[in-house]
Amino acid sequence: MSKTLRIKKGVDIRLAGAPSTECAAAPAPKVVAIQPPDYPGLTPKLAVKAGDAVSAGDALVFDKTFTNVKVASPVAGTVKDVVRGAKRRIMAVVVEASGEEKHRDFGVWNGGDRDALVAHLAQAGLFAAFRQRPFDMLANPSDTPRAIYVSGFDSSPMAASTSVVVEGQMAHLQRGVDALAELAGAGGVHVGLQAGDNTLAGLKNCKTTAFQGPHPAGNVGVQIHHTDPINKGEVLWTLGLQDVINLGAFLNTGKYSARRVVAACGSEMNNPRHLETVVGAKLDDLGLNVNEGARVISGSVLTGTNAGTDGHLGAFATQVVALPEGHDPKFMLTEGWLSPGLNKFSASRAYPTWLMPKGKTYTLDTNQNGEDRAFVVSGQYEAVFPFDIFPVHLVKSIMVNDIDAMEKLGIYEVAPEDFALCEFVCTSKIPVQLLVREGLDALKVELG
Amino acid sequence: MKAIHNLIQSVKPHFEEGGKLSRFWVVFDSLETFAFTPGHVTSSGAHVRDSIDLKRTMFLVIVAMVPCLLFGMWNIGHQYHLSLGESSDLLANVLVGAWKVIPLIVVSYGVGLGIEFLFAGMRGHSINEGYLVSGMLIPLIMPVDVPLWMVALAVAFAVVVAKEVFGGTGMNILNVALTARAFLFFAYPKQLSGEIWIHDVATSKAGGMLVDGYTGATALGHLAGTVGAAASEASTATMSLFAQGGMFSLSNCFLGLIPGSVGETSALACLIGAAILIWTGIGSWRVIASFLAGGLVMGVLFNLIGANAYMTINPVHQVVMGGFMFGMVFMATDPVSAAQTNTGKLWYGFFGGLFSIMIRVFNPAYPEGVMMAILFMNVMAPLIDHYVIEANIKSREKRLTVAAA
Repeated sequence: MSKTLRIKKGVDIRLAGAPSTECAAAPAPKVVAIQPPDYPGLTPKLAVKAGDAVSAGDALVFDKTFTNVKVASPVAGTVKDVVRGAKRRIMAVVVEASGEEKHRDFGVWNGGDRDALVAHLAQAGLFAAFRQRPFDMLANPSDTPRAIYVSGFDSSPMAASTSVVVEGQMAHLQRGVDALAELAGAGGVHVGLQAGDNTLAGLKNCKTTAFQGPHPAGNVGVQIHHTDPINKGEVLWTLGLQDVINLGAFLNTGKYSARRVVAACGSEMNNPRHLETVVGAKLDDLGLNVNEGARVISGSVLTGTNAGTDGHLGAFATQVVALPEGHDPKFMLTEGWLSPGLNKFSASRAYPTWLMPKGKTYTLDTNQNGEDRAFVVSGQYEAVFPFDIFPVHLVKSIMVNDIDAMEKLGIYEVAPEDFALCEFVCTSKIPVQLLVREGLDALKVELG
Repeated sequence: MKAIHNLIQSVKPHFEEGGKLSRFWVVFDSLETFAFTPGHVTSSGAHVRDSIDLKRTMFLVIVAMVPCLLFGMWNIGHQYHLSLGESSDLLANVLVGAWKVIPLIVVSYGVGLGIEFLFAGMRGHSINEGYLVSGMLIPLIMPVDVPLWMVALAVAFAVVVAKEVFGGTGMNILNVALTARAFLFFAYPKQLSGEIWIHDVATSKAGGMLVDGYTGATALGHLAGTVGAAASEASTATMSLFAQGGMFSLSNCFLGLIPGSVGETSALACLIGAAILIWTGIGSWRVIASFLAGGLVMGVLFNLIGANAYMTINPVHQVVMGGFMFGMVFMATDPVSAAQTNTGKLWYGFFGGLFSIMIRVFNPAYPEGVMMAILFMNVMAPLIDHYVIEANIKSREKRLTVAAA
C-alpha cells in the first residue's frame, strides 16, 4: 500500500460540462499537425518537406541541439504544409492523413542496455514527450535523470478520468513504466496516484504515492515537491501518463503510437464525454458538437491554448474544452463588481461561492473579470500554491530579471502550470504563467 | 443598463485618441470601467479567471467601514449635545454628524481623486481603485473640527508623497491615510492638539455653555496628562474618569460614546468591520489577531510595572481606547504596506500592537501611538519579509547540502 499525502492548498474550479465516463472513438482525423511550439525548448529543424509521403512514426522535425530528439508523424499520409510564424519559426507541420494504417516498423524491443533503449526510443520520436525539471523543457536524452516522475491523474477542472484513459492499456502502461525504470537513475520511477482510486495501484517496478486534495495535487511538480524535491544541479524527467502508455505500446508492438484519449468537455460542449483520437488531430475532424461562438481550447482551461475548431490537438493536451467567450461588458450591479454574484465562482470569499453547496457547478466565460493592476492583495497565491516557495516574490524576481533571486527562491522546482491557479485567483490579473515561462527561459539561457 | 451602455458607447469616440475630449480619457475610462466590467477576454494563460477584482476588494473594505462611519456621525452629534448638557434624539445627532462628516468626505475624495486623475493622465494608465479606500479612511481618522483646508493639504501630501512618487497603488511603502494623519500631526501640532475633538467645543467654551468636566480632550489626551506626574490629586481625578460610570469607562470606550476622531471611537463598530473583513477574507486575520495580541501583551506588561497611573489601566481598556482598534482593523491590514508573507504578518501585527500601546504610554507628546506604530511597522515590513524569505532560502540550501552529502 502506498502512502497518502494530503495537499491542502489549491482549489477545484467547479465548472459545468464535466465529461461522462463514456469513451467513444472519434472519427479518424483527415488532417493532423504537429506543433513545435508545444514543446518548450525545442528548436525545430525540418526533416521533411511539403509533398513528402510519410508513415506513422516518421520524423517530421528534429531538435537543432539534441538531434536525436524527433517529433514523429502521428499518422500516415502526405506532408501538406509547413506553417511558419514570425522570424520563419516553424509553427506547425501539417499532414494530410491517407487513412491507411501504415506504420514505420521499428521492431519489437527485446531488451538491451540503457544506451540501446535510448537510441531505440529516440529514433521513433519518443523523446519529445519527456520533459526535464528544472526549466520544464525538452529533456536531453544523454542525461541520466535522478528519477522519472509520472502523475497518474489529472486534477485540473473537467479532466479526463484515469480509469477511462488506461482502460485496456494496462499492459502497455506497465511496459512503459518498466522502460522508464531502466532510463531513470537511482531515484527510480515515481507514479502519483489519486487517493481513493485503485486503477493504477497494481503498477510494479515503481514507487507510488497517493495524493489527496484539490487541484494542483495532480500536477507532477507538486508531487515531486512533496516526495523528493529538486535541488539545484539535479535533473528529473517527467512524462505524461498517456505518453507512458504510448511508450509501452511502442516497445510492445514496434509501432509508433500517438493515441490520445481526451475529455471533450465544457459548458459549450454538447454531450461532454471522452474521445479517443491521436495527437495533433484537427479538432474539427473529431465530430465535436460545440455551440456557435464558443472558445475551443486544446488542453485544460488553466493551461491550454485557444486553438479554435480549425486548430489541432496539442502535443500534451488531454482535454478539448469549449467555453463561452466573455466579450460582453458586465454591468456593475447585475453581473459586475457590485452584484451579489450568486452564479460567480471565486476562490476568495468576496463572492458567495464558498457559501454555496459543494456540488454546484459554474459556467465561467473567458472574461478576465477585471482590469490589469499592480500587485495589491497578498496571501492569495500562497493559498493555492502547495510549494514551500514564496510565489509572489518569485514572480517579482522574474519581473525584474534577477537570476540570482530566482534561483534562491526555488525556480528549479516549478513549471508554468504550477502557477496556473495563482493566475486564476489573481485580483490584479497578472499573467503569471507567461512570466514564469519567461523566467525559466531566461535562466536556461543564463546557465547555458 | 443597455441604455447606459449605449450612452457610454455613443460618447466614447469624443474621448478616444483624436477626439475633442481625448485629454479626459482617463476620467471617461474610469467611469466606463466603474459601470461595466470591460469585455476583455483572456489572451494568455488561464482561460477562465476568478470573479474577484480590485474594485470588489476595495468595495468590501468600504462596506466594512460603514459601521464606523455611521456610528461616527451619530457620535459627533451625541458628543456635541452632551457637551452642552442638552438631550437629543437620533436624528438631531446624525444631522450634526452629517454636517461635519460629509464635507470631510467630499474634500478627501475630491482632492485625492483629482490628483490620481492627474497622475493617471500623465502616466497614461487607468485609475487604480486604491484611493477609494484611502479616501474614506482619511475622514474617519480626522478630528471632528479639523479645518477643511488642512484636510485638503494632508490628502494632497499623502497621495503625492506617500503614493504617487513610488508609482501609485500597490507600490507605496507607507499607508496613505496614516501619512495624511501624520502630516497634520507634525505640520499643525498646535491646531491638532487643541479643542477639535468635539464639534464647536471651543465656541461653546468661550460662550460658557460647556458642561463641567468637558475639556474637549480625548481619553488619551487626558491620560497623557498623568504621565510624568507622581500620583497626585490631578491624576486621581483623571483616573476617576476611567472608572465605572466615568466619562471614559470601559463600556463607554467599547461602545464609542467618547470624543475622538470621526470614525475611531467605537471599538464595537471596528470589530464589526473586522468581522466583515475576516469573513470575506479581504483583511488578514493574522494581522488583526496578532495586532490585538501585541496590544494586550503590552498592556499586561505595563500593569505589572505600574510605574504611573496610565500603566495601571486594564489592558482591555487600553485597546478599546483611541485609535487602536481602528488602526488594527483598517490601517494595519492594508495589504500593500503590511508584511506580505504569512509568517511576516504575525510579527508585523504583533509588534504593531505592542508599539501602539508602548508609544502612547511612554510618550505623552504622541497620545495617538497607533499611528506612529503602524507607520513604523510599514517601514519595517519589508525587513520582516526579508528575514522570513531568507529562512526559506536557507532551508532550501540546507536541503541541497544534505542531498549532496
